[in-house]
Amino acid sequence: MNFPILSLMTFIPLLGMVVILFTKEGQDKLVRYLAAFFTFIPLVLSFILLSRYQGSTSQIQFVEKFDWIPSLGITYFMGADGLSVPMLFLTALLGFLSVIYSFGDIKEKVKQYFAFLLLLEVGMMGVFSALDFFLFYIFWEIVLVPMYFLIGIWGHGRKEYSAIKFFLYTLFGSLFMLIGILALYFNVEPHTLNIMVLIEKTPLLTRSFQLLTFAAFFVAFAVKVPIFPFHTWLPDAHVDAPTAVSVILAGILLKMGTYGFLRISYPMFPQGAMYFAIPIAILALINIVYGALVCMAQKDLKKMIAYSSVSHMGYCMLGIAAVTVTGISGCVFQMVSHGLITGALFLLVGVLYERAHTREIGAFGGLWIKLPVYSGLMILFCLGSLGLPGMSGFISEFMVFIGSYPAFKVIVPLAVIGVVITAAYFLRMIQAMFLGTFNTKWEGLSEISAREIFTVVPLAILMIGIGVFPSPLANMIKATVENIVHLAVR
Amino acid sequence: MNYQLLLPETFLFLWAILIFVVDFFRKEKKYNLAYLALLGLIITIILVVISQKGDLFGGMFHGDSFATFFNLIFLITGFLTILSSVEYTKKLSSYPGEYFGLILLSMVGMMFLASAGELLTLYVSLELTTIPLFVLAAYRKDDFKSSEAGLKYLILGGMSSALLLFGISLIFGLTGTTFLKEIKTVLIVKYLATGEIGPALILSFIFMIAGLGFKLALVPFHMWVPDVYEGAPTPITAFLSVASKAAGIAAFLRIFFRAFLIFQVDWVLLIAVLASLAMIIGNIIALLQTNIKRMLAYSSIAQIGYIMIGVVSASATGVSSVAFYTFVYMFANMGAFITAITFSNSTGSDEIKDYAGLSRRSPALAAMMAVFMLSLVGIPPLAGFMGKYYLFSSAIEQGYIWLVVVAILTSVISLYYYLGVVRQMYFQNSIDENPQAITVSPALRTALIISVIGVLLFGIFPHIFLNLANQAAMVFLY
Repeated sequence: MNFPILSLMTFIPLLGMVVILFTKEGQDKLVRYLAAFFTFIPLVLSFILLSRYQGSTSQIQFVEKFDWIPSLGITYFMGADGLSVPMLFLTALLGFLSVIYSFGDIKEKVKQYFAFLLLLEVGMMGVFSALDFFLFYIFWEIVLVPMYFLIGIWGHGRKEYSAIKFFLYTLFGSLFMLIGILALYFNVEPHTLNIMVLIEKTPLLTRSFQLLTFAAFFVAFAVKVPIFPFHTWLPDAHVDAPTAVSVILAGILLKMGTYGFLRISYPMFPQGAMYFAIPIAILALINIVYGALVCMAQKDLKKMIAYSSVSHMGYCMLGIAAVTVTGISGCVFQMVSHGLITGALFLLVGVLYERAHTREIGAFGGLWIKLPVYSGLMILFCLGSLGLPGMSGFISEFMVFIGSYPAFKVIVPLAVIGVVITAAYFLRMIQAMFLGTFNTKWEGLSEISAREIFTVVPLAILMIGIGVFPSPLANMIKATVENIVHLAVR
Repeated sequence: MNYQLLLPETFLFLWAILIFVVDFFRKEKKYNLAYLALLGLIITIILVVISQKGDLFGGMFHGDSFATFFNLIFLITGFLTILSSVEYTKKLSSYPGEYFGLILLSMVGMMFLASAGELLTLYVSLELTTIPLFVLAAYRKDDFKSSEAGLKYLILGGMSSALLLFGISLIFGLTGTTFLKEIKTVLIVKYLATGEIGPALILSFIFMIAGLGFKLALVPFHMWVPDVYEGAPTPITAFLSVASKAAGIAAFLRIFFRAFLIFQVDWVLLIAVLASLAMIIGNIIALLQTNIKRMLAYSSIAQIGYIMIGVVSASATGVSSVAFYTFVYMFANMGAFITAITFSNSTGSDEIKDYAGLSRRSPALAAMMAVFMLSLVGIPPLAGFMGKYYLFSSAIEQGYIWLVVVAILTSVISLYYYLGVVRQMYFQNSIDENPQAITVSPALRTALIISVIGVLLFGIFPHIFLNLANQAAMVFLY
């Protein structure tokens, strides 16, 4: 038995949740430090994970496997490969940073808030490390419950509406996945829920079965990504959620969808991947261009960044749909990069909202004069998000376009329009908020605090780091991505 | 003959009589007879667990693993019901003793029902089950709604018994026997000789399904449910929604899986349609409810639809999933009702909107209610999910994908109203400026803790009871 690093990363936050629930009411400070502590350990473990991971092979590593409910063929099976390791690291990082950020902006029901935030991390870690379908599904669904409460209790605006909408949409999608899982279980001999074994066997199933099951999984993952027309929960949930939760939503939860495509749909149903390539690419194009156009129209800063997620996740889907090594690598890069950049953008929007109590782009102007550090950081991440070379966003979008052009010669050039619109809305926003004459109404705004800077600096370092030296990440995912492509074009 | 097989039933029956007698002779109403009833139930549970297996009276009575499994469901439900009645009966103006005796008597009927291998035994046990329940439903004599509940339940219960009896008489006319095992043999011989099963048998299926459908509250035989559930004393409502349904399911499985499994093409589709109707109508009407008891009443109609998915599968996995789901449904549904009882003991209200701000007033109670609601939706890792997963897998194994699609779409609908309670408790603030915490008596606390442990434990470690349910299903394999 190896050191159960994945289980520890998954269940230490659960332990933290239990500990926090047993603290006395009113000890907010203690609760905050406990939450930070119990998310810091997984972060440390994730560094160990990164250092121990062997990038030269696509084999599943850090395996933990034993029987759980033998009469139904359910095993406890955890493992990680080049696809999950970066996501686990991102989860641990954003989990920790969002706890740190929440120190300041959560003042009510602190205990419950951090308990739910930790439970959320359990679900996300589990999704990225479970390799048994039943286990995967459980973690996938566990995420919904804390998210519902976090949006509904600590959110803003129409928070109840957004919370239930998020829950209904995702449950709707994931129940289709449940049918897919059960259908797979009964159609493969011997019956199994082991994802790795199923990947080997499913291409032998009939074409129509593959297409139907692909479609069932597609609904589940498409709601999460989200792919047009399943995206309408996203702006509501992102905007109304408290800052740290928006960070997790955009940074990790959306990636669960693309992760599902790469882990399950594409390797398992090569027929489906081939058959649905063009429709998915078209939907990705709609995501990219439509998402960007909607951003142009936004007056609310947070809503604009929420819609920019729709647009950016479109690049991921475009890269996946092409099923080339470069395209899928681009997708994985985009998953990491979008997590870092959009996470940071949501944090920075939160910083401003906490001080100004408005997020209207038009209400600000010339902030650079008053808040140089804040403005500098915000502009840095905006440039990263619009794909400026030298930062991670550029690398990933570039790879996606290069990788998918051979497959979609018409769609990809159209998708490039999205990059232009993205630049347009970000630059317009920068101009309106940070340049021009200073609006004296905001004379009293205070500069970003040290703790808040602390939460975004790691993200900036990684964003630039990946942008300048993409090879460590590329080496880590290379073998796994090649294996996915190899499986998906069977 | 091994009369020891009857030990649990006999014991419980005598204990019920004992309660009547003690109640009659005690002068001061100081002691609550609930604890006496609880003691009897604990002993009966032990007797059931250690009971032997075997048949009695030439197959009239089966002491098998199926009966044991369902007996445990009845007894645990009864235990929780009586625990939650301790406070409640203090408010009753008269006859608090008989209240417990009648619950035990009804349970004796259920236990015989789960063991019945012969149609008349089954019918008499069913009557023994329901007649005390008529009385119990009308127990709040001074309350108009309770009397209405009792009367409605009596009339419709009587009618459904008549339907069932008519179905049974048709079967007897066709086969000349009331023993399920012999009915099966005679029908197979007839079928082999003539090549068809004849309209009379179909007619008797329809009558029996209608008769049992009333007991199970399947749509369209559900009209009595909301009024009776709302009017009856809440612990009795809880008992009705779990134990009485479990008894109906046990009877249904006994009859249809023992005698008519071979002719499943002739009735399975009908059940599938009824199950979908129950899921669709139960869930949609539940959306509109503002009273927690009525909401849970419609939700229980929907839940019986889910349970019937396992019946439609008509396989060993199907029976096993029905038994397992009933078992986990018991904890979640009892838990929800016990929370409602606790809440109404303190506030006197059954309105969902009055739950506003409960997470502030009583965090633990609100958290438990949220767990019960999420389990009823079927969110992992709670027990309700495990049960639904098992039910769906039995249906997909047999190829009923459309039925599972109906089930999942209606599950999404159900999420909305179950979370409606959670929304009130967590997202709304209570109208009172300084609301007081809900007082939870020790008995209610015990009942709540048992339920919440059941919901949490059997979602993550369902193993033991899955195996017991599998064994119970084996009964129908030969």
